[in-house]
Amino acid sequence: MFRWIVWRELILAWRRRADVLSTVFFFVIVVSLFPLGIGPEAQLLRSIAPGVVWVAALLASMLSLGRLFANDYQDGTLEQMLLTPQPLYLVVLAKTLAHWVIAEIPLVLIAPLLGVQFDLSNDTLLLLFLTLLLGTPVLSLIGSVGAALTLGLRGSGVLISILVLPLYIPVLIFGAGGVEASIMGTSPQSHIYLLSALTVLSLTFAPWAAASALRISLE
Amino acid sequence: MEIARRQATILEAIQLGCVRGDRRLFSGLNFSLLPGTFVQLTGPNGSGKTSLLRILCGLLAPAEGEVRWQGANIRSLGEEYFTFTTYLGHRHGIKDELTGIENLRVSNGLNGVEISEQLARSVLTTMGLAGRETIPARLLSEGQRRRVALARLIVCGTKLWLLDEVLTSLDKAATALIRSLIEEHLAKGGIAIVATHQEFELKSASIQRLELAT
Repeated sequence: MFRWIVWRELILAWRRRADVLSTVFFFVIVVSLFPLGIGPEAQLLRSIAPGVVWVAALLASMLSLGRLFANDYQDGTLEQMLLTPQPLYLVVLAKTLAHWVIAEIPLVLIAPLLGVQFDLSNDTLLLLFLTLLLGTPVLSLIGSVGAALTLGLRGSGVLISILVLPLYIPVLIFGAGGVEASIMGTSPQSHIYLLSALTVLSLTFAPWAAASALRISLE
Repeated sequence: MEIARRQATILEAIQLGCVRGDRRLFSGLNFSLLPGTFVQLTGPNGSGKTSLLRILCGLLAPAEGEVRWQGANIRSLGEEYFTFTTYLGHRHGIKDELTGIENLRVSNGLNGVEISEQLARSVLTTMGLAGRETIPARLLSEGQRRRVALARLIVCGTKLWLLDEVLTSLDKAATALIRSLIEEHLAKGGIAIVATHQEFELKSASIQRLELAT
């Protein structure tokens, strides 16, 4: 069952490539605007880089959250998923995993490339990649709760950002903090540990919360 | 006699009530169904036919009363109940981007029924979709999309079918096909509850009518 959902999501994403690409382009453009706007001041660029890349990643993943359940809700396939003989949190987990692969992994992969614009050293670029890899699952997981809660509401796009962005703050602090520590020359270890803890925590609770929210939204 | 009947009953509604918004759609609804029963659900628009079907399939919690499957409340059965039921609502539940074969395989795969591409193709041929199995569903007509959705009934193997307005936008041939599918299902001891305004005739089984008033 799990692999059917993931397989289905991947095929759907492939047939709607434009949606995926627009998120990636949004990320690339937002990140690139800063060096262009600020000018070639290497020192300043280096110090704002972690924050800029991470905030852009948060916003880009917000963009794709609206699609997580809304399309399936409209054509009735979500209803059918609720009626499958598997625990609903597994269904949500499969969909969230697929969302991470489709919407977040491209950001993670392209981020080190964008980091070059900010004159980051190789070690820092590696750390940027690592913190994003660890932190983006949290974005998908927390986002799934927000997407499930706002399903079928008018103006859900704005509502979802009001709900979800404040919950992204810890990820932002530790993610950007880890990269910043590496720029300062201190150890980023504690940030990485806390980021991993957040990932485990949201992996444990978010699918349940999203599953309950879905049941309520579909009543 | 009474005891034997109670033991054979598999689906029971006890004092069911439904409230949507601040309107009470129905209350105190009781029925018990034996295997091989066909129920035609009728009633004016807004009388709660869809809500009743959604309560029976477990999507909607009843405001009062309970639904029992083989004596157990479906709320306590949880996911296990879904192995016995197939619900088709007015939204088809098929993805526009996927082909007929993919739709059929995915929806069955989600229900734990793995079917091969070969089987999916032959089922779609039975549904009169030969030659259209591999084009995306968005290019199909409304009636053809409904046929893809209904193709699930052939392979699902569940005991309780809950069908909401299935006959809309189907032509005569497809209607006859659905009728024969339902007859076959009833002969195997299944239950079908169908909400429809059209006259429904079955050769073998008797039709029970459940009319909801406003």
